[in-house]
Amino acid sequence: MNQVDTVKNAEATPEVEQPYRELGLKDDEYARIREILGRRPTDAELAMYSVMWSEHCSYKSSKVHLKYFGETTTDEMREKMLAGIGENAGVVDIGDGWAVTFKVESHNHPSYVEPYQGAATGVGGIVRDILAMGARPLAVMDPLRFGPADAPDTRRVLPGIVAGVGGYGNCLGLPNIGGEVVFDPSYAGNPLVNALCVGAMRVEDLHLAHASGAGNKVILYGARTGLDGIGGVSVLASETFDDSAGKRKKLPSVQVGDPFTEKVLIECSLELFGSGLVVGIQDLGGAGLSCATSELASAGDGGMRVWLDRVPLRATGMTPAEVLSSESQERMCAVVRPEDVDAFMAVCAKWDVIATEIGEVTEGDRLVITWHDEVVVDVPPRTVAHEGPVYQRPVQRPADQDQLQANTPDALPRPAREELLELVKTMAASPNLASRRWVTQQYDRYVRGGTVLAQPSDSGMIRIDESTQRGVALATDCNGRYTRLDPYAGAQLALAEAYRNVATSGATPVAVTNCLNFGSPEDPAVMWQFEQAVKGLADGCAELGIPVTGGNVSFYNQTGSTAILPTPVVGVLGVIDDVRRRIPTGIGAEAGETLLLLGETREEFGGSEWAHHVHGHLGGLPPKVDLAREKLLGEILVAGSRDGMLSAAHDLSEGGLAQALVEACLIGETGARVFLEGDLFTELFSESAGRVLVAVPRTEELRFTDMCTARGLPWRKVGVVDPESKALEIQGLGELGLDELRAAWEGTLPALFD
Amino acid sequence: MRVGVITFPGTLDDVDASRAVAYAGGEAVALWHADADLKGVDAVVVPGGFSYGDYLRAGAIARFAPVMGEVVEAAKRGMPVLGICNGFQILCEAHLLPGALTRNDKLHFVCRDQWLKVENNETAWTTRYDEGAEILVPLKSGEGGYQADQATLDELEGEGRVVFRYAGGNPNGSRNDIAGITSANGRVVGLMPHPEHAIDALTGPSDDGLGIFLSLLDAVVSA
Repeated sequence: MNQVDTVKNAEATPEVEQPYRELGLKDDEYARIREILGRRPTDAELAMYSVMWSEHCSYKSSKVHLKYFGETTTDEMREKMLAGIGENAGVVDIGDGWAVTFKVESHNHPSYVEPYQGAATGVGGIVRDILAMGARPLAVMDPLRFGPADAPDTRRVLPGIVAGVGGYGNCLGLPNIGGEVVFDPSYAGNPLVNALCVGAMRVEDLHLAHASGAGNKVILYGARTGLDGIGGVSVLASETFDDSAGKRKKLPSVQVGDPFTEKVLIECSLELFGSGLVVGIQDLGGAGLSCATSELASAGDGGMRVWLDRVPLRATGMTPAEVLSSESQERMCAVVRPEDVDAFMAVCAKWDVIATEIGEVTEGDRLVITWHDEVVVDVPPRTVAHEGPVYQRPVQRPADQDQLQANTPDALPRPAREELLELVKTMAASPNLASRRWVTQQYDRYVRGGTVLAQPSDSGMIRIDESTQRGVALATDCNGRYTRLDPYAGAQLALAEAYRNVATSGATPVAVTNCLNFGSPEDPAVMWQFEQAVKGLADGCAELGIPVTGGNVSFYNQTGSTAILPTPVVGVLGVIDDVRRRIPTGIGAEAGETLLLLGETREEFGGSEWAHHVHGHLGGLPPKVDLAREKLLGEILVAGSRDGMLSAAHDLSEGGLAQALVEACLIGETGARVFLEGDLFTELFSESAGRVLVAVPRTEELRFTDMCTARGLPWRKVGVVDPESKALEIQGLGELGLDELRAAWEGTLPALFD
Repeated sequence: MRVGVITFPGTLDDVDASRAVAYAGGEAVALWHADADLKGVDAVVVPGGFSYGDYLRAGAIARFAPVMGEVVEAAKRGMPVLGICNGFQILCEAHLLPGALTRNDKLHFVCRDQWLKVENNETAWTTRYDEGAEILVPLKSGEGGYQADQATLDELEGEGRVVFRYAGGNPNGSRNDIAGITSANGRVVGLMPHPEHAIDALTGPSDDGLGIFLSLLDAVVSA
C-alpha cells in the first residue's frame, strides 16, 4: 500500500529530497514553491505546480512577448470582442444576436509519438475548449505539417495523423472544413498538428470559467480518470513510493481518445447549459484536474475544497498526484448551485454520463484537496494557475540571417520559354501544391448540413443561422519559409493570406487566432524569430483593424539542435450576412466569364514554391507585404460578392498565378484561355502577395472594373473562361488538357500514401 | 405527415434528417433511443452517425435499444422505414434488411460526392425518381462495403430489391456495387450514401436527395 504524502507529512519532513528536476522544474522554481507554501510541497502539490508551471501551461517564455497583442489592440478593435486572450477561446459578436468562438491549438509532440491518438486527442481538446465557452462546436480545421512527402517516416506519421483527425472528428459529428498540409524537411522529426474548432451560441449564453459563490458545488462529469496521459508525473510514483518496483503497468503518456464519449459529453453539456444549470465550466485538457481546479478557483472570488478520492477512476491504486495530473480525455468540470445539483445529475443520467460531486466553492482563498480525509494540497490557487514563473529569455538575431537574406534566388537558372508549360504541370503535381483530396476525403465535411464551403476552397464556410443565412468563413495559413527569411514579414504574410482567403469567399474578416509553433525558447535565435513574428502579427492586426482573440504557443519543436521553420499559423474569422452570396473557387458557374487578376505582380521568388521544389533553395527576402492593399482588396471582394458581380474567385499564394489557374479550372471542371504579357515566368510563378484571380460574368465586367479603378486597385484582364475547350490554354505557350492536369494534380498524394 | 427521426447516443445526422423531412414538407418528430414509443408517427428515419461509438460492430448495440423494438413491429405492419449509413447498418443488424456492411476495401473512411443509379423506383422512398436516373449525393463512411451470401444477392437481384447502385466506380468494395436495398414489400429501405445531405445545392453537391423524402410524402398521403 502506498503511503500518501500529506501536508502534515510534508511539514514534518522538510528535508525529503523531491524529484522536481525530473518533473521539469528548475532549482529556483522549486525554491519559489517552498517559499509560497512556507514548507516543502507534497507530492500532489509538486505534481500540480510542475505541470501548471510547464512551458505548455504557463507560457513562461512567451508571456512577455504576448503582452504586445494586448498593447496593440485598440478599443475600436475590441468593440465586437466578447472574450479574448486568457479565456478558453476568443468570442466575437457576429450580429443578429450570435456569438462565435474559435481557437487553434497544437498537439505536435504527442502526434509524433503516437500519430493516431495524438491527432485525435488534439481535435478532442480544442472541441472541449469551444464547448467550455458555452457554444455548440460547429466545425473543425486542421493545419498539418510534415517532413518531406517521400520520406519513410512521413509514411508512418501522415496516414496515422490524418486517420486520427478524421476518426475523432467524424465520430463527433463535426464537419472538417479546411486546413493545410505542408511538407518541408524541417518538420521531419517534428510534425505539426494544429487543430482549430469554431462554435456558436446566442450572445446571452456565453459561459466563462468561474467558481463564484461559496457553497456552490464542483461536479466532475464525463469519462473516468485513468493512468493515460500521465507524463513526467509518473516519476513521483516510481521514485517516492514504488515499493514493488516494475510491477506497476505504465500506460502511454499520450492520451487515448474516445470520440463517442465526447459526442455524448457535448450533447449533455449543451442540455445542461440550456437548462441554466451551470454557473461556471472548465474543460479538462492539459494538466487535467490540476488545471481545472486551480483555474476555476482562481477565476472565482473564493477558495475551493475538493475531495479527490471521490473522482471515479478506471485504474486501481492511483496516487493523488496521478489523479490530479491525469490527462484522461472527455472530462468537464462544472460549478453548480446546490439547489440545481439534482437536476444536473438527472441530465447526466439521461445521457449516461458519469457525474460526481467532487468539491465545493468555499469562503477562503485556498484550494484545499483531501484524499481520504487527509489534506494533500493546500495552496493559493492563483500561484498555481496564474503566478507561475515568467522568463525574459535572451533574444539574438541569428548569425546566419544576413547570409540567408543575401542568398537571393536571382541567380537560380530559370526555365526556357518552351519549358514553361510543362513546369505548370510539374508544379501542380509537386507535393506542396498537389490536390489534398487524399487527406480531405477521409474527413466528413457534410455533417450538420451547414457546410457552404470546404476544401479545396480558399476558406471553409458554415451557415450559423438557417433563418437569416448568416454565416462565418475561416482560413488558416502560414508559409514557414517566408517566416524563416523574415519572421516579422512572414507573420504578416500569413495574416495577409488568411485574411485574403476569407475575403475571397465573400466574407468580411473580423478576428484572428494563432498557433505559434517554434523551436526551443532557450535558443536566442528562436526567441528572436518568436519576438519578430509576434510583433509582425500584432502590428499587422492593428493595421487591418481586427483583433487577436486568442492563441496558443508551442515551443521545443526541433530535432536535436535544428529548429523547425518558424511557423506562426494564423487563423482569420470572417462574417458573411448571407451565405448564398459566397464566392466559389471554381470557374464556369456562369456562361461567359472574364478572368481578371487583381493586384500587382512583381518578380518575387524568395521562399517561393518554385525555388523550393525545383532548386531546393531557400534564401533572399519573402514577397513584400502591403496590408493597406490587402484591406482594399478585401473590401472590393466583399462588395463584389454582395452585389453579385463575381462568379468565382481564387487567392494567389504558393505557386503563383499558374497554380491558381490550374485549381480554378480543375475545381470548376471548366477550361480557360489565358493571355499574359511581360516575362511569362514571373507572370506565372511569382508569389507576390495581395493578388486574387476572379471570374466576372461579362455583363458585370465593366461595373466591376470601374469599381476597382475608382478605388485604386490595380486589375488586369488575363483571360476568358472557355467551357468548350476542356483545356487550360496559355497563349503563346500552348495548352494543357484538363484530364492531364487533373491526373498530375490529384495523382501525387495517392501515389505516395495509398 | 409526421416522420420520426431516432437519436441514439452517438447519432450525428439526426439534425440533417429532420431538416430533410421539413424541406419535403413533413413534420420531423424526435424519437429517443431509450423510449419504446414511436409517438404516432407515419414513418421512421434511422439516421447516420456512430451509435454507441460503433463499439462491438456498427449498429450491433443500437438494434437492442427500446425504440428499435417498436420500429421492427411497425415495419412488419408496413410502416415506411429508412436507414441511412449507420441507420442502414442498424436495420441489417435488426434483420429488417438482409446482409451486412463491412470495412471499406481500402480501409480508409471515404467522404465523397457519389453518383448513384436508381434501380427501383417503386419503393415507398423512391417513387419520385425515374428508373435508371443517376443522382449525386454524399457518401461518407468507413464501413460501407455491402456483403451478403450469393443466395441473398441472387434473391435481391432477382426480386429487384437493389434500390441504388454505385455509378462511376465502386467506392468501398460493395458486392454488385450495391449502395442501397429494400425489404420484400418495398417499405423498408437502407442505403449507405446520405440523401439528407443533398437537399440544397448550397450545402450539398446537389438537391437530388430530396426526392427520397418527397417520395415518402407521396407514399404516406396516398396510403
